[in-house]
Amino acid sequence: MILQVKNVSKQFGGLQALNDVSFELSEGRILGLIGPNGAGKTTLFNTINGVFAPTQGQIVFRGEDVTGQPAYNMARRGLARAHQVVRPLSDLTVHENVMVGACFGREGLGLRQAARRAEEALSRVGLIERAEQPAGSLNVAQKKRLEMARALAAQPYLILLDEVLAGLNPSEITAMMATIRAIREQGATIFMIEHVMQAIMSISDHIIVLDYGSLIASGPPQEVANNQKVIEAYLGDPRLTERLMAE
Amino acid sequence: MSFWRSAGFWINVLLVAIGGAVVLLIHQDTLRETVFTILMFVILASSLNIIMGLTGYVNFGHIVFFGLGGYFGFFLLSQLGWPLYLCMIAGGALSVVIALVVGAAVLRLRGAYFALATIGINEAARAFVANFAPFGGATGLYVNFSAYNAYGGSSKALWWIFTLLWIVTIITVVVCYLVKHSRFGLGLIAIREDEDAAMVMGVKTPWAKTAAFALSAFFPALVGTLYFFKNGNVEPEDAFRFQLSLEILVMVMLGGKGYVLGPIIGALAYERLRGVLLVSPLFKNLHLALSGAILLLIVLFMPGGLVGWVRDRLPRLRRWLE
Ligand SMILES: Nc1ncnc2c1ncn2[C@@H]1O[C@H](COP(=O)(O)OP(=O)(O)OP(=O)(O)O)[C@@H](O)[C@H]1O
Ligand SMILES: [Mg+2]
Repeated sequence: MILQVKNVSKQFGGLQALNDVSFELSEGRILGLIGPNGAGKTTLFNTINGVFAPTQGQIVFRGEDVTGQPAYNMARRGLARAHQVVRPLSDLTVHENVMVGACFGREGLGLRQAARRAEEALSRVGLIERAEQPAGSLNVAQKKRLEMARALAAQPYLILLDEVLAGLNPSEITAMMATIRAIREQGATIFMIEHVMQAIMSISDHIIVLDYGSLIASGPPQEVANNQKVIEAYLGDPRLTERLMAE
Repeated sequence: MSFWRSAGFWINVLLVAIGGAVVLLIHQDTLRETVFTILMFVILASSLNIIMGLTGYVNFGHIVFFGLGGYFGFFLLSQLGWPLYLCMIAGGALSVVIALVVGAAVLRLRGAYFALATIGINEAARAFVANFAPFGGATGLYVNFSAYNAYGGSSKALWWIFTLLWIVTIITVVVCYLVKHSRFGLGLIAIREDEDAAMVMGVKTPWAKTAAFALSAFFPALVGTLYFFKNGNVEPEDAFRFQLSLEILVMVMLGGKGYVLGPIIGALAYERLRGVLLVSPLFKNLHLALSGAILLLIVLFMPGGLVGWVRDRLPRLRRWLE
């Protein structure tokens, strides 16, 4: 098991954002995480990569208890992340942004090697032509790819992708899906949040579903799609029902 | 690292190296005094740039390191008779230790809260030293004239002090360049751009910020020791001038924060500007108001300072202006 989440809860004041969540993820797989808006998906990522500690419960990464470890330690242990709300280092070039990932990620490369690694990562996400541009000047779709490249450059064991397909057009989605599959081929494990149902259903080996902070379903894509609780959860969220209908 | 092949590196280094060398050749007292002030500003502004320009933490109390480090160096020199270079290094070491302790606490604060805390630190340091008997309390410390004899009399000593300051300036500029172009520097810039994102990418932010703060604290202490030795005395009002602290910050902004060349140009430009305005009867008493106004204008219209402004307009010059 590369990741074990054991009875994790997270409270924000009176709000129970995560409620006794437990699941496991084995190496080399793609795990999908779905759930209505505000279900606690991003919060779950935040507790896993150490942005904040869970209120209760335990996170085990590659056999070690990492509960409460700060985010920078998680990065060095081989956990990388692409944010839902993109966070480019705007004044740096696209290339330098990705170098940060390579320099301070799992391998902690020196500058020269990091520069080369960054170029590879940028080629893979199709951003190499923009390498010398300031990151702030990219559009949203490009910034999503930048997030992805930064995570890739760190050579992580596990990569957390938070809605990397959101806001992309169909052909961009196809390209990004191919990239994700390629990353898996190279041995990284992937844990991804996605609202684009068709995409996540086709790419994931396994899917878990959060609703109001609780895990309500877990299983292969087909099974989850037909799960009564999941359908109810989504029916409670008009926006997502629409999206499901559309596909 | 191939910094010696970089045009930007040599421009920075040669600018200060040649500037000081010319003064040593011409060997004229008034010129030496003017350039002494400029080099002092260059060191203070360049070191401030490490924490402010690279890391993005605005420090209004940078002068504290000049004051405390300088006080300690001058104390060892005037009271215990230590040799000058040892006093400088000891002053620098104390400054670094203080920055490590203070930094670990204050650097948890972000943005305006950090900036406010740095104002408090300067006032606290001044009050402490003014009441600290070994440092002579409010009257400060004096050096016995015989101390200058070790350097061949006071006139020779002044030239010697200038030479040391010149060397310290070159070292400071080289260090600033190397830091900016290192892995450590990349981490600092990542913190400046988005501290939370930097953390997620693996930058050990508490360590990196504290290290940057400590490094920025070292050089002012060397200047402080030299400056007080040149004056022959030190007192709290002279060591912890909040106004000077603010002016250093203006120099960094004026030249361009985050660029190695920025504080050098900023120090030079500000010193010249101040010289012109100080003799004008209209501006003589509006000194502080003036630095405030310059700061406001830069923040509003030229956030990249002079260097940033030129780089934006003449992209071809970028590799020369780093
Ligand atoms: N730092 C925080 N402080 C307080 N409340 C928070 C914080 N982060 C998230 N929340 C709250 O926790 C709940 C879960 O938010 P989260 O961002 O995890 O949802 P999500 O499933 O990622 O939603 P979306 O699909 O819209 O991205 C929401 O009600 C949100 O307002
Ligand atoms: Mg989310």
